[in-house]
Amino acid sequence: MLKDNPRSQKQMGTHEPSFNTQFHSYLDVHAQTLFSSLGRLTRAPAAFMMTLLVLAISMALSSSFYLLVKNFQQLTGNVNASNQISVFLKLETTPSNVAKMRERIMLDTQVQSVQLITPEQAAAEFKANSVFGEALDALQKNPLPAVLVVLPKSSLEDEQGLNALITHFEQMPEVDSAKSDIQWISRLRAIIAVANRVVLLLSLLFGMAVLLIIGNTIRLELQDRHQEVLITQLVGATHAFIRRPFLYTGFWLGFLASISAWFIVTVFMLFLRQPVQALSQQYSGSFELAFLNYTETFTLIGFASFLGVLGAWLVLGSQLHALESE
Amino acid sequence: MLKFEHVSKRYAGGGDALLDVSFHLHPGEMVFLTGHSGAGKSTVLKLAAVIEKSSHGRIFLDNQSFNDLKTSQVPYIRRKMGLIFQDYKLLQDRTVFDNIALPMVIAGHSYQDIAKRVRAALDKVGLSGKEQKYPQALSGGEQQRVGIARAVVNKPSLILADEPTGNLDPVLSAEILHLFTQFTQVGVAVLIATHDIALINRMEQRVITLDHGRLIRE
Repeated sequence: MLKDNPRSQKQMGTHEPSFNTQFHSYLDVHAQTLFSSLGRLTRAPAAFMMTLLVLAISMALSSSFYLLVKNFQQLTGNVNASNQISVFLKLETTPSNVAKMRERIMLDTQVQSVQLITPEQAAAEFKANSVFGEALDALQKNPLPAVLVVLPKSSLEDEQGLNALITHFEQMPEVDSAKSDIQWISRLRAIIAVANRVVLLLSLLFGMAVLLIIGNTIRLELQDRHQEVLITQLVGATHAFIRRPFLYTGFWLGFLASISAWFIVTVFMLFLRQPVQALSQQYSGSFELAFLNYTETFTLIGFASFLGVLGAWLVLGSQLHALESE
Repeated sequence: MLKFEHVSKRYAGGGDALLDVSFHLHPGEMVFLTGHSGAGKSTVLKLAAVIEKSSHGRIFLDNQSFNDLKTSQVPYIRRKMGLIFQDYKLLQDRTVFDNIALPMVIAGHSYQDIAKRVRAALDKVGLSGKEQKYPQALSGGEQQRVGIARAVVNKPSLILADEPTGNLDPVLSAEILHLFTQFTQVGVAVLIATHDIALINRMEQRVITLDHGRLIRE
């Protein structure tokens, strides 16, 4: 030091640590800053918890809406969509006419195969599969019509061509109505597409909210530590050095809030699981409620942490510049 | 070492804070900068510490011109100097040790190095054993000595002090100045802004006097 070695001072000028030392102490500073910024957050527990909860609720809202849509999608995804058309014949059609109809439809160039379900077969199937099976016995006459299940050529998959075929069938005098699964499945898909878009928009909004909340928290923190920032600048701190603790604060806020959000969503889903299962059993289904899987959880945590750092970064850019011009 | 060449500083909306000021500070030299309030003492120090930029003229530290400095280079220039303030500018929520260690932490020294040098600096300013205290627990004179220890811990070649004895009684002031004299003996240049005439007269060092931004006497 100065006292011990009077001559060396002048020769050495400012003592610069070696690269190796700088690198190691750089890592040390990072680790130290990581935990000291966490420690600083917990020093004001009430404010910290409130900010964290606001962030967690924002994230939980968008995540649970996402899960809702995902579950709905999964539920409807079990339905296999095909382009087959059910042609319901009029009740009074005689079996011989039914056979003729079948022949006629089979000759259509757009049709691959036709399967006949007689009223008797339909009744038997209905009895076997439906809870209302016994109701059929109470009726004197079989109320079910003959159905021709038409499988169009696989080339016919667009809705327009399918609709044309359906209209063609419906114009036949013996046909009561013709329906395709694809119609309601495509409607369902359209609804899901809308819901997915809504999820995206909501996530964007909540993401913005998270960014703003974190940015504002960092701004207040920066105002609080105004003096400290000025002093560190005066003793030779680079912008990176000054930014670092604030970026870590942003990271912690995003990271901890996303973990809290995960807990909130999981508790929600656990709360819903039992009634959903009961509901599913009513429809003799075996629907399992989907929770956030690993990929989604890590995406949530990663994205939230990134938003935290980004929010801090954006605020620091403008605020440090303002501090400098003072 | 520190060289001002025809330096002027004009603030937007204000008059000239400095007008055509030239001087050269050599290694191991102690120079007092004096003048009435508003004469431009603080402006000289701010320009020397690259807190502000000159409107005209050139400033050099070790032949490095401040005019061509990029913002990103400023921190590295500051590491060559130690700044001392009238209000000490210590971090109140950090211990004496952490306050003094700050410039070395920023420069990226190893912990062992830092601990060794901080203790040496504390010993130098006569505050050994107080490293775990917080600034509030210290007297004004002690806090200023912590500020001085922080300024010299990184072995700067230049010390800039703005009214370092402004809040201290004559006995403490003399002690602080004695410390500065010791630094000049190892080649450090010291520039002290003060209006404490009694102090200046006692020290018999080179004096630069400013009046309304002009250098009137050397």
